[in-house]
Amino acid sequence: MPQHEVIPEKLTLFQRIGHSIFPGKLRPVIDRQGYRRFFNTLILHFRPRRVPERTLRFTLTWGLGGMSVVLVSMLFGTGVLLKFVYEPLPGKAYESILYLQRHVLFGQLIRNIHHWSGNGLIIVAFLHFLRVFFTNAFHSPRQFNWIIGLGLFFVVLCSNLTGYLMPRDQLAFWAVTICTGMLEYVPAAGPWLQNLLRGGPEVGPATLSNFYAVHTALLPALLIILMPFHFWRVRKAGGLVIPRTPEEDAEIRGESVETMPNLILREVVVALVLFAFILVFSMLFNAPLESQANPGLSPNPTKAPWYFVGIQEMLMHFHPLFAFLIIPVLIIVALLSLPYIDYQAHTAGVWFTSFKGRRTALIAALAATIATPLGILADEYIIDFAAWMHGVPASISNGLIPFALVLAAIAGFYIMIKRRYSLTNNEAIQAIFVLFLTAFLILTVTGIWFRGAGMRLMWPL
Amino acid sequence: MPKPQKQHCNDHPGEGSSRRSFLNKLWIGLGIVAVIEFIGIVTAFLRPRKTKAKAGDFGTIIEAGPVEKIPLDSVTAFVRGRFYLARLEDGGFLALSRKCTHLGCTVPWVSGEKKFICPCHSSAFDIRGEVISPPAPRALDIYHVFIENNIVKVETGRRIKRTEFRAEHVTYPKKRIDRITG
Repeated sequence: MPQHEVIPEKLTLFQRIGHSIFPGKLRPVIDRQGYRRFFNTLILHFRPRRVPERTLRFTLTWGLGGMSVVLVSMLFGTGVLLKFVYEPLPGKAYESILYLQRHVLFGQLIRNIHHWSGNGLIIVAFLHFLRVFFTNAFHSPRQFNWIIGLGLFFVVLCSNLTGYLMPRDQLAFWAVTICTGMLEYVPAAGPWLQNLLRGGPEVGPATLSNFYAVHTALLPALLIILMPFHFWRVRKAGGLVIPRTPEEDAEIRGESVETMPNLILREVVVALVLFAFILVFSMLFNAPLESQANPGLSPNPTKAPWYFVGIQEMLMHFHPLFAFLIIPVLIIVALLSLPYIDYQAHTAGVWFTSFKGRRTALIAALAATIATPLGILADEYIIDFAAWMHGVPASISNGLIPFALVLAAIAGFYIMIKRRYSLTNNEAIQAIFVLFLTAFLILTVTGIWFRGAGMRLMWPL
Repeated sequence: MPKPQKQHCNDHPGEGSSRRSFLNKLWIGLGIVAVIEFIGIVTAFLRPRKTKAKAGDFGTIIEAGPVEKIPLDSVTAFVRGRFYLARLEDGGFLALSRKCTHLGCTVPWVSGEKKFICPCHSSAFDIRGEVISPPAPRALDIYHVFIENNIVKVETGRRIKRTEFRAEHVTYPKKRIDRITG
């Protein structure tokens, strides 16, 4: 690298300031190349100097990981601003939100950006999770990064839930009452954990200070630790998974190009477009705010935040022990062990595993799209195990029996599809994943739009 | 890091090694004790704090009124006490928690249907707090009711959980008991 000697007398004022911050006798010749090198070594700590050209394709990543980072930064920025106005006391919280919206210049806009970025982050991070799954980017050496990613998603969900309580309006109060109410069904530790989270037997002043501390200190700190860990593992895995068609050799990495400007430029474009989108969206749509929380009056219907409505919908059909504990724990365990299963085929980088995988995924999606609404309707109007089996405890009649039936149906589907299409376990597991995913999405949609007063089924019009 | 250390110990057995391993174990042991202490301090720090309750507030003994002023087969809401005082047709009293046993929503008394109907997941309870329709898994929690000088009082400090309604949950005024025994 060409360098020249620094002669203090010849420096301009700005160069002198710079020299006092970064002292040294030699300086690289400052030109475009020099800046770029400086940028590459200092700013791009988490990035390799060069990246495989094929991983730059937008249809590999859809920019989802980068979008998550942009949203997190926007949340940090607006969150710090909100902290200056918000008061985390039950009597004051709601008033301070009203003050923010009515009397603080751009207050409503900042709150909207924070609200929509937070909700958007769940969607974007979830799509990122799906992208990684469907491009099979969780196989070795990316196994542990899948786990970190799930951890990050959990932190994002917790951030959203704790933030949900902050305005302390009716929506916030009852959604949090329901969500923390679910903890009561965790055997042994549940009531203790619930008491700890709420800071007492009911959602009250202590709950707000607990959630505020968790929302503004604990979870942001976790994000700051986990995010670089996540990126570092991407770099350690040799960058992103190389996209390929099923016939292509996985070993071919193809051409490499300079990270700066090829990758950085693309990321900046995605970031700016997303930023503009959130800004316009926040100008058009206000974050919801209902009347102040009233512990004596549950609104009808009371729903959990939309990302937990799928679980709430399950509560309509299964005993809480199964809906809130056994089924979610089984799903979490399955997701955590997913990268460590012994797979028959190397499919990293292939969208939907294979051509056969594409077809079976579609079949699974269709099967779930038909079976889930039918199941919901049947459970609502026909099936009533509790009444049919009088005297049997509810955890069996409303829990174990429907759970066993659903499990048997899924096992039957797995065996059927595996034999019928003679699938590898990669494709069969993908089909089951799609089955669960579609069912969960349908449960969520049902809970959000098809449940009216008294949580009865209704047509959303 | 531990690997080369082990090799070192194997290379030079004798005086230093047992002391070193003892000190290492001591450090690890002390570290574990310190971690346990920190966890203990944090959980103690986060333990729910107790708030002072004023007379008539939730958590104290609340006077609901004279026996004869409360009509038979009725439900009266005590907002500050967070309970319902139910009087059954036979004159017995029950103090029911207003929290649904499903997820803790506040259940309103729908007098037209003579039911408590939860707005969150449409669980329903009868006047005795017994579950009429799920998903609620248990009958409504109760508070201890006692009658002193013909005044009905409810002890809201302790919520009593129960799976189903039983006759002993009901408190009867003295007269009725006299009638039965006498």
